[in-house]
Amino acid sequence: MEHQPPPFFKRGPAPLVRLAFFASLSVALLVIDARFRYAEALRSALAAAAYPLQSIAAAPGHFLERISGFFTSQSALLGENAELRSRLLAASQQALRYEAAAAETEQLRRLIGAAERLPFAATPVEALYSGRDPFARKLIVDKGTGQGIRAGQAVVDELGVVGQITRAYPMVAEITLLTDKDHAIPVQVLRTGLRAVAFGAGASGTLELRFMAANAEIQNGDQLVTSGIDGTYPPGLPVASVVRIERDAAYAFARIVCQPAAGVERNRYLLVLANEPKRLVLPDDAESERKAVKGKRRRKDGADGG
Amino acid sequence: MAVKSEPRPQHILLPVRVTTVVASFALALFVNFLPWRDPALAPDFVALVLAFWCVRQPRLVGLGIGWLLGLLTDAGSGVLLGQHALAYSMLAFGALTLSRRIQWFPMTQQALHVALLLVAAQMVAIVVRMAAGADFPGWRLLVGPLLGAALWPVLTFVLLIPQRRSVEIDKTRPI
Repeated sequence: MEHQPPPFFKRGPAPLVRLAFFASLSVALLVIDARFRYAEALRSALAAAAYPLQSIAAAPGHFLERISGFFTSQSALLGENAELRSRLLAASQQALRYEAAAAETEQLRRLIGAAERLPFAATPVEALYSGRDPFARKLIVDKGTGQGIRAGQAVVDELGVVGQITRAYPMVAEITLLTDKDHAIPVQVLRTGLRAVAFGAGASGTLELRFMAANAEIQNGDQLVTSGIDGTYPPGLPVASVVRIERDAAYAFARIVCQPAAGVERNRYLLVLANEPKRLVLPDDAESERKAVKGKRRRKDGADGG
Repeated sequence: MAVKSEPRPQHILLPVRVTTVVASFALALFVNFLPWRDPALAPDFVALVLAFWCVRQPRLVGLGIGWLLGLLTDAGSGVLLGQHALAYSMLAFGALTLSRRIQWFPMTQQALHVALLLVAAQMVAIVVRMAAGADFPGWRLLVGPLLGAALWPVLTFVLLIPQRRSVEIDKTRPI
């Protein structure tokens, strides 16, 4: 290291100076990206540059899968067919019941004047590969903003919630799975209606209910569903079931471990639910709305009187 | 430093072509984007190729290219922007400072030097992520860099093929 060449030939700034420059540039980018999220435009431009390589890299896997699919034995197909048929039967029965219940609920809702819940559009997507980041639980899927995928939409499979779209690029989108350490989802215990927030536990592939009092009304095997109070996840989707509760007198909170209901890290085909988050009426809007209504009523009254 | 053993015969290599360097980086990015089953155990080919060219062509490839490749890797794999950029520019710096030293050693000892560089780069990435709030993902994260260093002799052989071609093209020669 002490053998730096004498400044005899012009070679630009010294390596140490360059290192300081690029390191400070990287640290600045890191801070901007981690704390302020201003770097999304740069990120999407770079991702577009890397996309051709990514799509080519994903191709051999698809090709192999198609070949292996071609050679699937007939007995395996027959077995799968029979199983799917029985599941379809069960599902259609449930769907019939669901339709009846939905109609009834709608009627009741109309009776009490609540807003009707619209059915939301679903986009099927296919997982391309899991994110190349050992620190996080991410999944890259084959549809993006071009197909109407937006950041913030919920992702489900046939059993329950899988995660949420956190970044949407033109061609691909990135799902943060339920089990990611930075992912939180508002849930409700189906049995008691108790509300809580489930956090991903990272590498173990489970969820945790944090900040639940040690005497909270919850027991092993309880089903957790989305509560829908965040406006992101539609209410009533299965999320997880409680598998272990540790109550320690030394802590004010219980440690509650849950197993996700969906095949969070297994599934290849997923559904993205395009729900529009319901906007809360801001005080200003409410004020102007009330004025408008009043004005209309007055005009109406005037018209009636005149 | 005196070299005790008799120096091995060495090829006189042709000057490197820029297309070779660019193609090797593109190929390394491509291999990194392959759907690896366990990304923690896969060697980082971009880091390896970057270290190679920084050692072999310190005047052509340096910190700037390492930084750009790091940004591409960051965006492509959806991690914190700047994580690999920082790690790769540090790796390039280390490889540049060691470039005159490394080539004196036989292949296995070169691989040891490279293992140190790659592990250091991985540690930089780990420190960055832990500073940003991630959990420590376990020591198996160092398997990738060590595997990468074990690939160093193979990589050296493969990437020097274009420079080992003959100057006079002899049509009658079989190879």
